[in-house]
Amino acid sequence: MIGKLTVFLTVLALAWGISISVLAEADDIVVEGAWSRASIGTSRPGAAYLTIRNTGPEYVTLTGIRTDIATRSEIHRSSTDDQGVTSMAPAGEIKIAPTDTVSLEPGGLHVMLMGLQRPMTEGEAFWLTLVFSDGSEVSVEVSILGFAARGPDI
Amino acid sequence: MQRRQLIGYSAAVVGALCLALFAGWWRVDGPGAPAPAGQRPLAMSEMDFRLTDHQGKEVDAVTLIGRPSLVFFGFTYCPDICPTTLSDISVWLSDLGDDAGRLNVIFITVDPERDTVAAMAAYISNFHPIIQGWTGSSEQIARAVEGFRANSEKVPTGSGDYTMNHTASVFLFDANGRFVSTIDYHEPREYAVPKIRRAIDKTETG
Ligand SMILES: [Cu+2]
Repeated sequence: MIGKLTVFLTVLALAWGISISVLAEADDIVVEGAWSRASIGTSRPGAAYLTIRNTGPEYVTLTGIRTDIATRSEIHRSSTDDQGVTSMAPAGEIKIAPTDTVSLEPGGLHVMLMGLQRPMTEGEAFWLTLVFSDGSEVSVEVSILGFAARGPDI
Repeated sequence: MQRRQLIGYSAAVVGALCLALFAGWWRVDGPGAPAPAGQRPLAMSEMDFRLTDHQGKEVDAVTLIGRPSLVFFGFTYCPDICPTTLSDISVWLSDLGDDAGRLNVIFITVDPERDTVAAMAAYISNFHPIIQGWTGSSEQIARAVEGFRANSEKVPTGSGDYTMNHTASVFLFDANGRFVSTIDYHEPREYAVPKIRRAIDKTETG
């Protein structure tokens, strides 16, 4: 009886595990070209940039960011109004359509890193974890480029 | 046959009319419209503010007369737009080669509370060496923003922190201190260097 129950529970757990790994939003996500600029000390906020590609057949929703380099990290959007005034605000959830790519790049979306825990030094890297609406996650290593860097290829 | 010709003529007339209307709109209300008089930055000689450069020297707008100038606003706690603008400008200055040395390139902070002279010096040292960083009292900064007909606004971001909304355009002036044009943030980058050259040339032809 106990043996049967164990088998049943094991099968259930495996099925559960498989269903999660099949349906997890993170499985369809490819994150590329993650970079950031070097900082002066830790008092100023930093920004990280990357592209997120949804390779799957369903919508995927990015809900948050985790990292140990900052006490607070949020996805922000910079925008410029018709008077030429720029502002920055939390972008909320980011929905990515099937086969679509969302780019976090200078002047638009960025990961805002507030309360840096250590200076961002050129040549080093840090980890960033993207959290999706089903709780699944993708971690990516962010290269720290020069202070005046413009992107991962330039 | 005649009927068809008539339709053809009417179509041409209507087409021409639409084109004329479009051209009119473009120049008067559309993207080709000149900036309204109240929105154009003042001439350098009419601006009234006193600031300190990143080396601790007292400066004002009149300091800039004699060379073509690029002036822009920002703050060093700005993680996205400002480093991008400074790095864009650094690239334009490199593209200009020796001509870059004939320009004033001024970054004025809209956040004097955090951007001290030392902070400005440390920050701009990471970009093209010709770029100067100006700061000063909040009152004098406000007068500078007003002189350029720019905008800035302090926005709280929670936990006592704040960010600044601000005009991100780069203002171009000729060597006589007269406003020439702006380079807007979202403008294609290949327009920038010719615009700067025009400000330099305008100075030479008067
Ligand atoms: Cu931000």
